[in-house]
Amino acid sequence: MATSPDQPKPGFSHRTIERNVTLLGLLALITVSIGGIVEIAPLFWVDSTIEKVEGVRPYTPLELAGRNIYIREGCYVCHSQMVRPFKDEVERYGHYSLAAESMYDHPFQWGSKRTGPDLARVGGRYSDEWHREHLKDPRSVVPESIMPGYAFLAEKPLKAGDMRAHLQAMRGVGVPYSDADIAKANDDLTLQATADADASDLQARFPKSQARDFDGNPAMVSEMDALIAYLQMLGTLVDFKAAEAQEQPK
Amino acid sequence: MPATLAKSASLFLVLVVALMGMAQAADTGFAVHMAIVALAALTAALWVMKGATLTGSADPDESRYDDDPVRWGVIATTFWGVVGLLAGLYIALQLAWPALNLGLEYTSFGRLRPLHTSAVIFAFGGNALICTSFFVVQRTCRARLAFPSMARFVFWGYQLFIVLAATGYVMGITEGREYAEPEWYVDLWLTIVWVAYLLVFGGTIIKRREPHIYVANWFYLGFIITVAMLHIVNNLSLPVSWAGSKSYSAFAGVQDALTQWWYGHNAVGFFLTAGFLAMMYYFVPKQAERPVYSYRLSIIHFWSLIFLYIWAGPHHLHYTALPDWAQSLGMVFSVMLWMPSWGGMINGLMTLNGAWEKIRTDPIIRMMVLALAFYGMSTFEGPMMSIKSVNSLSHYTDWTIGHVHSGALGWNGMITFACMYYLAPRLWNRQRLYSLRLINWHFWLATAGIVFYTASMWVAGLTQGLMWREYGADGYLVNSFAETIAAIHPMFILRAFGGLLYLSGALIFAWNIAMTIAGRLRVEAPMTEPPYNPAADRPLPAPARPVGALQPAE
Repeated sequence: MATSPDQPKPGFSHRTIERNVTLLGLLALITVSIGGIVEIAPLFWVDSTIEKVEGVRPYTPLELAGRNIYIREGCYVCHSQMVRPFKDEVERYGHYSLAAESMYDHPFQWGSKRTGPDLARVGGRYSDEWHREHLKDPRSVVPESIMPGYAFLAEKPLKAGDMRAHLQAMRGVGVPYSDADIAKANDDLTLQATADADASDLQARFPKSQARDFDGNPAMVSEMDALIAYLQMLGTLVDFKAAEAQEQPK
Repeated sequence: MPATLAKSASLFLVLVVALMGMAQAADTGFAVHMAIVALAALTAALWVMKGATLTGSADPDESRYDDDPVRWGVIATTFWGVVGLLAGLYIALQLAWPALNLGLEYTSFGRLRPLHTSAVIFAFGGNALICTSFFVVQRTCRARLAFPSMARFVFWGYQLFIVLAATGYVMGITEGREYAEPEWYVDLWLTIVWVAYLLVFGGTIIKRREPHIYVANWFYLGFIITVAMLHIVNNLSLPVSWAGSKSYSAFAGVQDALTQWWYGHNAVGFFLTAGFLAMMYYFVPKQAERPVYSYRLSIIHFWSLIFLYIWAGPHHLHYTALPDWAQSLGMVFSVMLWMPSWGGMINGLMTLNGAWEKIRTDPIIRMMVLALAFYGMSTFEGPMMSIKSVNSLSHYTDWTIGHVHSGALGWNGMITFACMYYLAPRLWNRQRLYSLRLINWHFWLATAGIVFYTASMWVAGLTQGLMWREYGADGYLVNSFAETIAAIHPMFILRAFGGLLYLSGALIFAWNIAMTIAGRLRVEAPMTEPPYNPAADRPLPAPARPVGALQPAE
């Protein structure tokens, strides 16, 4: 029985929708809203995605500035920061990543491609000197590497802007920086990149933060200082021996 | 006159705001961007005041279609296509020979890769979508474009968005999430342009002289509405300063990851699929001169496609810290998505029922069929890769890159080229394209390019994925990461070669379009007619009869 779309049928017919652009648009909007609401909204409430893990803390101003350089240079297009729970990955990169470890990451940097290795737990694996040489000329330490050289980072003084404004904005999106953290942000930035400075106050507010002259150039705080400070703290905050009891059973 | 006054006044307001932003800028990149905006506003204001056609003629001729923005769109699509492919070839060569990064921050892979992806998706694809939608909505509604000045604003506003995004990447201005890299103020600008786009498109549908809204317009409308939703939600962020480029995403960690891939996958689903299916639903039947195969199939596959696509995002986050139930939902819906995807392919291919011989005679149809075939292949490969056990091998490797390019080069590229070939002679009122035979060259260069590209990336992805998880008899990992890079180096060279072939085809395309616009006709043998040889077109002379030879009926 062939019915022409122009012939009205009793009851509901699709021709009602395809003759009314408002109805068509509205129904399309409803149709495309459902999946996102069902999948994304619960992530703001379910335990496994909002639980806190001992040791995870917001970034120090220097680490945050380094992270912003990491984003600026597009490191995420080749490096992931997400170790999957497979034997080979855990042996190659370290303990698989927990949701809580990126809870202060605005934006997340899990990545989608490993043109280079995963960096979720690169902190402490190599010396500062190795990172300096590697960033300046990757093939001097890894002959097979296809990474671009970033020698210019060592020559550029770190001009991160007013770090108080950065921390304030991060607080605006939910990172629990204290008033003291924000007030001291610019001083903290310089202090963390200075050799032999008294970092006890910084480390009291940001446990496990490492303060030293990362780029080996005491004359200035460079972008290299900030980036290495960030790389050296990646994956170092959680003590997995102590945290085992808090993990989700897999 | 009051309209011209209001327009130039608001453009001068933009100019003043941009100059203030420039003076107050917290970083150099923001200052450069504000200078670009100021320059754009000034140019537009001068143009408006000159009384030029930026605002459309005072009294639009309702008996003609409004095709100026479509013509500009064809040129922009061609231009950005070549730019995007060139950037892609360059970064492919960088991966094979890293010295090509040149040690400069502006030319390093990390900054140029977003330039490549945005140029091909948003500049090439986006311009193709906007210009074809303006062409199609007028023809299928039998009505002139609504809001002519707004349509011009959409075109130029979108070009400004592209320029801001592209220059931003090179300067290191990025939000750091794939395919959503532009910073907050560029996002806000795109939102304004997009709302204007919805108004022009929806307004033209409301003006229509046809009772029904044609199926291509359902897909265009679905694409415009959904992209607006995705763009706004995913780009929620808080700027550090109102005069600086940096902002921090509203979401963090796992929530940010899923929001991003909900956006990212549906940039594929709606920008690169629904919108391009809309192009398919108009241009394939027109070029084949056959009606769409099945009206009922188009209804079923439209609603199921837009419903299912949205759920598929989590398959980008398999085995991550995203909860397991969300990953499984993403996988199940991705596999289901195979069916509506093939519904579109079948509806396109079967439209050729009774016209299959055109694949031999019409190079534009051949290009469309290839596009649909690649659409079918990549929408089979996608669901397969979303299965968690397959994904555990394919994820993080070049297999993903191969998959994306089989869809992008094969489906989006080829259907766009075919539509531009269809449009150019009609829009510039030419007898035919400059050359049909050059389309053949384009077709085979592109096809060979895609084969080199995808095959080398499959091999590279599988090689690297298997090497990463390889254990020796001693129970230790066999390969260091660096060894896996060295192993796929030949594949990176082959991939760049494939890209070079595809780019060569696109350059021939650009030449063909440019010559068509210039009104030139290439002197060449026609494609569609069998050759005529007057010397052979006569009766055979009676043969000299050899003595004793057998004669018929003897």
